Amino acid sequence: MADQERFAELAMEYMPALYGAAVRMTRNPSDAEDLVQDAYLRAYRGFGGFTEGTNLKAWLFRILTNAYINTYRSKQRRPEQTELDDVEDFYLFNRMGGLEAVKASRTPEDAVLDRITDHEVKAAVESLPEIFRLPVLLADVEEFTYAEIADILDIPMGTVMSRLHRGRKALQKALWDFGLERGLVADTAKEASA
Amino acid sequence: MTTDDKSPFDHDFFEPDCDGARHTLYHYLDGELTDDRRAIIRQHLDDCSPCFEAFDFEAELRQVIAKRCCEEVPHGLAHKITSALSLEGHPQFSPDGPAGTIT
Repeated sequence: MADQERFAELAMEYMPALYGAAVRMTRNPSDAEDLVQDAYLRAYRGFGGFTEGTNLKAWLFRILTNAYINTYRSKQRRPEQTELDDVEDFYLFNRMGGLEAVKASRTPEDAVLDRITDHEVKAAVESLPEIFRLPVLLADVEEFTYAEIADILDIPMGTVMSRLHRGRKALQKALWDFGLERGLVADTAKEASA
Repeated sequence: MTTDDKSPFDHDFFEPDCDGARHTLYHYLDGELTDDRRAIIRQHLDDCSPCFEAFDFEAELRQVIAKRCCEEVPHGLAHKITSALSLEGHPQFSPDGPAGTIT
């Protein structure tokens, strides 16, 4: 049983992470502020149910996610997509020329990765349908384990893995499409024949 | 990737070829392999430069995504939250129950 008086002391350090995730969830900084504040209130009220010494960050993310799903999602104007096109494994690596490119010059792909902007990465993550976006966010940005993500999202671990797998490939495709748009990468023969 | 809870390479003897190694990519990068399996993949990557380069690229991309997804916390948000919490005081259970309690 956790003491409410210690709540702020323990929980506030996770606020930047929660806020960052909230922006990716709501796709809107002002909604994200409201969502984080809402999550902290919910967490504070429920803190008696938290066992100190267990994973506070995961507990807070679970509350944030529930608050988002219960409150903010219904306000989203975009209808939520639940399917993704099939994208091959190693999509970006292969499009960027794969091993041949690596052999020709040590780090062509790293250079391209360096030129991807913050805005493009954020937009690519936000382009993912929610059921894929949340696992990708929790794994790749927040570095939660599969078990933690399963608990936070209340889905089976196998579902976490399959959504991560598909979401990550779709994320790579979105990044590639941004790269094409901006002329960072050339439309390769592979792309043209696809 | 299978959709059940078993990992796709859950058998006793595990010696990957390139396809097998690449199949474990995300488990490897996510730190979700047992030490033994991790060592086996590590060995394959040491021996196989095409797989090493592909994994290295994916690892690099992962870092780029994590690094570029940071948000600057709006000035005043921490204060807003702590003020809201102090207004809560020591609440009795709210009418809809403790909202943080999750099933």
